[in-house]
Amino acid sequence: MTFKEIADTILAASPAEQTEVLYRRRNESLTRFANNHIHQNVTETNHEIIVRCVSGSRCGTALSNSTHLDSLKNLPKTAFELAKQQPENPDFKGLPEPAPLRLTNGFDSETANCSPSVRAQGVGTVCRKAAEAGFTAAGSMTTSSMSFGVANSRGVFAECETTMADASTVVMSETSSGWAQASGWKLESVNCEQLAEEAVRKTRLGQNPSLGEPGEYTVILDPYATADLLSTMAVDGMGALAFQEERSWLNGRVGEKVLSSMVTMVDDASDPAGIPVPFDAEGQPKQRVTIVDAGVCRGPVYDSYTAGRQAGAASTGHAIESVTERMGPLPMNLFLLPGTSNVEDMIASTERGLYITRFWYTRTVHPRDVVVTGMTRDGTYIIRNGEIAGAVKSLRFTQSYLTALAGTQAIGRVGKTLWGPGACHVPAIKLERFNFTSSTR
Amino acid sequence: MKQLAQQAMDTARLKGARYADIRIIESRSQTVGVKDGVVDALGDSETIGFGVRVLVSNSWGFASSADVTSEEIDRVTALAVEIARASALVPGKPVDLGPPVRSTGTYVTPIRIDPFSVSIEEKVGLLLNADAIVRRNPGVKVSEGRVISVRHRKTFANSEGALFEQTIYECGGAIAATAVSENDIQIRAHPDAFRCQGTGGWEYILDGRFVENAERVASEAVALLSADVCPSKITTLILDSSQLALQIHESCGHPTELDRVYGTEAAFAGRSFLTTDKVGTLQYGSSIVNLTADSVRASGLGTFGWDDEGIPASSTPLVKDGEFKGYLMSRETASQLGLKSNGCMRADGWNRIPLIRMTNVSLEPGTWELEDMIADTDDGVYMETNRSWSIDDMRLNFQFGTQLGYEIKNGKRTRLLRNCTYAGITPEFWNSCDAIGNEKHWKLWGTPNCGKGEPMQVMGTGHGAAPARFRNIRVGVFR
Repeated sequence: MTFKEIADTILAASPAEQTEVLYRRRNESLTRFANNHIHQNVTETNHEIIVRCVSGSRCGTALSNSTHLDSLKNLPKTAFELAKQQPENPDFKGLPEPAPLRLTNGFDSETANCSPSVRAQGVGTVCRKAAEAGFTAAGSMTTSSMSFGVANSRGVFAECETTMADASTVVMSETSSGWAQASGWKLESVNCEQLAEEAVRKTRLGQNPSLGEPGEYTVILDPYATADLLSTMAVDGMGALAFQEERSWLNGRVGEKVLSSMVTMVDDASDPAGIPVPFDAEGQPKQRVTIVDAGVCRGPVYDSYTAGRQAGAASTGHAIESVTERMGPLPMNLFLLPGTSNVEDMIASTERGLYITRFWYTRTVHPRDVVVTGMTRDGTYIIRNGEIAGAVKSLRFTQSYLTALAGTQAIGRVGKTLWGPGACHVPAIKLERFNFTSSTR
Repeated sequence: MKQLAQQAMDTARLKGARYADIRIIESRSQTVGVKDGVVDALGDSETIGFGVRVLVSNSWGFASSADVTSEEIDRVTALAVEIARASALVPGKPVDLGPPVRSTGTYVTPIRIDPFSVSIEEKVGLLLNADAIVRRNPGVKVSEGRVISVRHRKTFANSEGALFEQTIYECGGAIAATAVSENDIQIRAHPDAFRCQGTGGWEYILDGRFVENAERVASEAVALLSADVCPSKITTLILDSSQLALQIHESCGHPTELDRVYGTEAAFAGRSFLTTDKVGTLQYGSSIVNLTADSVRASGLGTFGWDDEGIPASSTPLVKDGEFKGYLMSRETASQLGLKSNGCMRADGWNRIPLIRMTNVSLEPGTWELEDMIADTDDGVYMETNRSWSIDDMRLNFQFGTQLGYEIKNGKRTRLLRNCTYAGITPEFWNSCDAIGNEKHWKLWGTPNCGKGEPMQVMGTGHGAAPARFRNIRVGVFR
């Protein structure tokens, strides 16, 4: 069945005042490797149909992965019954009306049709290069395609197809490890030769690490670590629900210059450098939203619910679908706009600092100031007098990301697209101060 | 379903697989959430599908589909074999699955009240009642509550003759209050930080006594805003059983997963400091520390009839009198140690391959009354209910934060403390344990959100613990 047929069937069968149909069909394949061989190789074909029914100002939601006619017709009835068994919610102003969509292209047939043997060849390249260096590699390569559609009884009808390719590896020696990742909507974004070379280089550089001393350092973050700054700040406050509940770092800071003037963060789902998608889970056009402009906080992203409960606000096309909870809107295509520097120059200009490949297991300790604890992983290097002087073992940090970004000293001119699970596009960054609280023996 | 399962095994054999298994799973889950006096989420989800795992020579393949039809079973099984042959392009060592598994029978989670027989009206009513009490406190900014009911009906078959069906019921939920000041946010939740879940029926929710605890949750959240900040120092730490359950999860459960030790999670979840040379030699904890993995304890989120390789539920020691004894294992990893699997392979759905996962990993009870433990402490901090958690990829260096704390002075709880954190290194921490609460204080908690694997799988695990005391711990680690 086509999405149009599914939507028409559900909308015709719905007893509700308003009905919304969200459809997603996904083919996802993943080849996983460790110890220089493939140990897991999987593929999945699935579809999800999520129906939201409205009775007055009440919503009920039902999900199924069956496209059988009986199941499709039952879904709106189930959702409508759920809607009726609850009090009215005056904050809910109804499903959104149609709005013009901008076309984006995020579909690549080579990615959609990628075979297990093509993934195995890519993975084999990484394993071979690691073995040639005397190391072992672990990691995964994923290719997926998705058909995505949203329709509602007020006339919204939107559908698109997207693809995603991602590969990552950690290469390990007896005493060190190195990480590399590449993502994009085209298979050609993932170059396994380059991926392996980057991880091998990092592993070699990290051998025989010393014990890192806790304390404050200037840090240079690879894009993998920079991505964590953005994704954590997104969850901790770039959505309007967090802002309205006063648990966002944007609360009390809109219009204020909080970060370095070098820092501009935007969410842009139309930029082909990310993973483009034209509309959100309510079929609303995804708008380009500037969240931080040259260090000045501008505001969060909205869906129709959060826009409806705040005077003067409108949906920016950032609704996230969920049956289990109202997560609120989130930016899923974040960009940290590039600067003019590069990692080599950042290192050369650093008297004492750390060059960090990526962060691991970061968790927010205090959301209002985005104080986060986490570990460095897969390549932490000490910088002395403008040069890498050796590697150190992983360090734990506890640091306000806001304070750290206020001290931005340089941003790389080349960004990297990373998937995990939203998309972001980020360059390397140099931060004046970052606080490390312990090391691992 | 059994016929379709058998068909998949026949097709797999015909296509050249030397081992195959299939799981056909129908799942239903229903979530009710309220926030600030209105229903925030009300959803019903029903899914069905199957996954076929095959071993061709020494290479694995797995394929899955939502279309449970005879034609699709044949297509997906053949695809799994094709994928396994692609895996052979980058081959590994010979795979030994150990002795054959031929489990048969049925298993159903014992329940008193079928959660799907409870009306939506009753579920909404329970949460709104608690929510109304929380919102009576004017200092509360956000009040919320959530309950979830889950049922999985699984049919399993393998090419060695195993064929069984099991139905697993889960229920869970919590209430929470958030209080906000100009510079701070404080949260209190009950019974746990939005993570209290177990196998069982609706009675599991009723035992949570949400309404009875609503006023306390609200007043504690508000009081925390004006509490003193946890001091930064090295001191004695007493953890309540729910925080200790998460400590066990992160620093005992994960490092004993044998796939991590063998490196197959190296690129994602990480590895483990508990390498095989440490079995029987490492003093993991003090002599009063006994850790067990089981899949048999009632209401545990890791309780079932068989794991997803058909191994029957069991109980095995991980740490005995402080000494590290063994791992959570699959058939393939156990055979590498010359052992039999202890049944820890679990997948979070039909579309995911089974991985080594925690079952119920618990700290066995000690002998102390909690009040005696506090009375026996001259200077320290008591911490309760998790707020943040982080641990390195080897499972050594950790830092946790809790929702609430109390200073302990001269054997008494004194001032309330906010923004409590503590940090340590796993074996040092467990070797500093000098008191564990008795059976009366022991509770089996559920962690429904354990992430592992690629594609990511979210699994429920159980953790039993009583409050325990640890000496010379660094607390107040933040700026």
